[in-house]
Amino acid sequence: MKTLAGRPTAAPALPRLTRRGFLISSVGTGVTLAFTNPGVLMAAPAGKPFEPSIWYQIGTDGLVTVNIAECEMGQHVGTALARILAEELEADWNSVRLKYVDTDPKWGLMLTGGSWSMWHNFDLLSRAGAAGRMTLIDEGARLMGVAAAGCTARDGVVSAGKKSISYAEIVQKGNLDRRFSPEELEKITLKKASERRLVGTDVKAIDVPGKVDGSGRYGIDAAVAGMVYARPIMPPTRYGSSVVSIDDSAAKNIKGYLGAKVLDDASNTVPGWPVAYGESFAAVNKAIAVINVEWKKGAAAGVTETQLREHGEKLIADKNAGSLMRSDDGVDEAFAAAASTLEQTYVTDSVLHFQMEPANALAYEKDGTWEIHTGNQWQSLILPALAKALGVAEDKVVMRTYLLGGGFGRRLYGDYAVLAALASKSIGKPVKLVCTREDDARLDCFRSPSVQRVRMAFDQGGTITGMEHHATAGWPTEAMFPGGLSPGVNGKPYDQFSINGADHWYDTGKHRVRAISNDLAIKSFLPGWLRSVGPGWTNWALESFMDEAAHKLGKDPLALRLELLKAEGRNAGSAPNAVGGAARQANVLKRAAEKAGWGRKLPKDTGLGIATTFGQERAMPTWTACVAQVRVDRKSGRVIVEKLTMVVDAGIVIQPNGALAQVEGATLWGLSMAMHEGTQFQNGQVRDTNLNSYTPLRMADVPEMDVELIESPHTAVGVGEPSTTVVAPAIGNAIFAAVGARVRRLPIRPDAVVAALKA
Amino acid sequence: MATTFVLNGRSVTVDVPDDTPLLWVIRDGLALTGTKFGCGIAMCGACTIHLNGTAVRSCVTPVSAAAGSEVTTIEGLKDHPLQHAWIETQAPQCGYCQSGQIMQAASLLSSNPDPSDADINSSMNGNLCRCMAYVRIRNAIKLAAAEMRKGGES
Repeated sequence: MKTLAGRPTAAPALPRLTRRGFLISSVGTGVTLAFTNPGVLMAAPAGKPFEPSIWYQIGTDGLVTVNIAECEMGQHVGTALARILAEELEADWNSVRLKYVDTDPKWGLMLTGGSWSMWHNFDLLSRAGAAGRMTLIDEGARLMGVAAAGCTARDGVVSAGKKSISYAEIVQKGNLDRRFSPEELEKITLKKASERRLVGTDVKAIDVPGKVDGSGRYGIDAAVAGMVYARPIMPPTRYGSSVVSIDDSAAKNIKGYLGAKVLDDASNTVPGWPVAYGESFAAVNKAIAVINVEWKKGAAAGVTETQLREHGEKLIADKNAGSLMRSDDGVDEAFAAAASTLEQTYVTDSVLHFQMEPANALAYEKDGTWEIHTGNQWQSLILPALAKALGVAEDKVVMRTYLLGGGFGRRLYGDYAVLAALASKSIGKPVKLVCTREDDARLDCFRSPSVQRVRMAFDQGGTITGMEHHATAGWPTEAMFPGGLSPGVNGKPYDQFSINGADHWYDTGKHRVRAISNDLAIKSFLPGWLRSVGPGWTNWALESFMDEAAHKLGKDPLALRLELLKAEGRNAGSAPNAVGGAARQANVLKRAAEKAGWGRKLPKDTGLGIATTFGQERAMPTWTACVAQVRVDRKSGRVIVEKLTMVVDAGIVIQPNGALAQVEGATLWGLSMAMHEGTQFQNGQVRDTNLNSYTPLRMADVPEMDVELIESPHTAVGVGEPSTTVVAPAIGNAIFAAVGARVRRLPIRPDAVVAALKA
Repeated sequence: MATTFVLNGRSVTVDVPDDTPLLWVIRDGLALTGTKFGCGIAMCGACTIHLNGTAVRSCVTPVSAAAGSEVTTIEGLKDHPLQHAWIETQAPQCGYCQSGQIMQAASLLSSNPDPSDADINSSMNGNLCRCMAYVRIRNAIKLAAAEMRKGGES
């Protein structure tokens, strides 16, 4: 596993940070509470200054400032993280403040994605809070002249009988220098679920008021004196296009137009792309409308979605292609000996992120340091590219943090920041680079189209003896972070984020999962991580196929799933992350079915479909199930989604109302991608670049929804993504239940339903 | 050329080309950044403001259309029941579209104090929420409408 800033980068290996010590020390205006590396005290590691990672401070005024290294993109992450900390710290919630921090090596890996924030930080922040509480109690007891054993802490006050002392006073008067070894931290007994007062209790998110009065500052709101505006002139292809000539003679008389330049990019992020500058964004827009660029087009200019799909089919047909994520001994034998088999192919089309705030960044050099003001999800990934592009050391680049007008994985890549930085360097002025919506769509690292083949082998009695899942798509991790690929069992690397989900918790005999990079896709465009990433396609194939398998066997689709979720062997689950294993997946399925009235009689051409997922990684399962109720108009093929029932077991839920909001949004995202979105790669570009033809779900399209979070004492996992991937297969399965038409392509279009009805 | 209009109760004069979209005049010229840029073709609603009390998309409204008019942005909507309701229902996720959503909803409630779900859908359908917080937005509008009706009676 490659690491960035000393911490592993992929979810399954993210450390629980149990091997880190904790340092509490007085500073000028309060006390800081910091994690240290194992065994490291106040001594500097060889050759480097000692920099403890500081996660919270308590001021002499008693205010608890929690540093948030995750970005805020709608998940109210700061509030939830601070609740975890405040719970064990016994802080007064009203004295808690959030500080969304700028980049600094001391924060370690800065990456917000994968629905990892709660899972990754729960134990860490709980122990940090508890260590702080213990120290404050001890020192409070000393100041009060009582035994610490007789003291309790609550709402920022340490009490012993009638005596009490506030945290503020302890910080003012006390001596709070103390060190916790990793062993001591690990020994701390955290609260039982029944003792928690903040975690699991709703609170108004701290970021919300600034989002209703216009005061919240997003990247696009950043400004600095003397800045000029810029926009990229988008090349005809992501790669390999170069400017032959730029004719801006018609733009010269536009008031405020400042010229156009071709960027020289040593980081190879946006090489040879031109930008146009102006005194106002309006002037830049007017200019670009009349600037003529003659391009030498890259090879992808002739590539289409159909070619990408056909190439994927060819790759799947090649048995030697790709990497094996899993391959049990005896898969081929199971198929050779099978009494019958089932094989189907599933397709998903390209999907845009279409976050509301178009890509943008403000960049300028100040006192030898490059200031990059923008919203971003993975600063640790793009900061080295920024440094390389600018020709400076990484410590000469700082990324300032802003609210994100939507993330969804788009801002895991900061190519737009490189554009702004180079534009500023090129013109020697602060530059605010803003993409129009069309630019943003063309710059987007959209979700790659995919092709998948799923096979199953059955014996005479209908028992499943083997299963294969082959999936091919453009791999985002290969394109943007090749060091993050995982080794396959056949020695070839694979992008776990592009195949996750196929390694399911069903007992289906001998199992093989193969991931194949679509090299034509990788050459032709930049595939991106889009909300839930791989399961967005793998779960479409898997859960549609499970339904097809049930119908082949003459079994109820719910019953077959429950039968296969045996929770035995590798699917039994293990502590701490997957306690219960497949049994918990079975549980959410049963609950969703019960709530939706599975098995009840429905009106004509109306059906229920069920689907489930464990989220992204087996190492961090979020048990999720969905029942869709649809009505199908046989003549037009129009599908009306009447109701979605969603049940999620995400372990301990920190902020229930916030988690519900995430699931509601993710559910509708799933519906939107299933029925309303989808584009086509066409001659080197996505076909749809704005809302006149790209049509995400609107308010009037919202069906009745019933969302439930299972109460659970188990490890907190993620809620931001998993629900997106169950909706499409639930709808596809419901369409089959309603009218017997099987759709195998996303998005589901009426003509495909009509065609399937005739098939 | 110079255009004068009233912005959130204050008279302002700007010297920009007549065809400059009002959105950029407000955001970049007058530094009120609560109004957002989303699509530039009046199809997402993030840039919604009030022109003489009616919701318009400022990304396609030339500044010349505001001459002599009253322009209200989210910053001018002080303590509106909708803003309280938005907090009460915890409607925003990323929040980027919410200024526009609230301005659109304010326009709806000014003409329809008791909108049905269908009324809300039809008025709000042009406002995209990419986080898809639609259920809460609809609930917030109903909550605010109820509060405003109560206020009107007292």
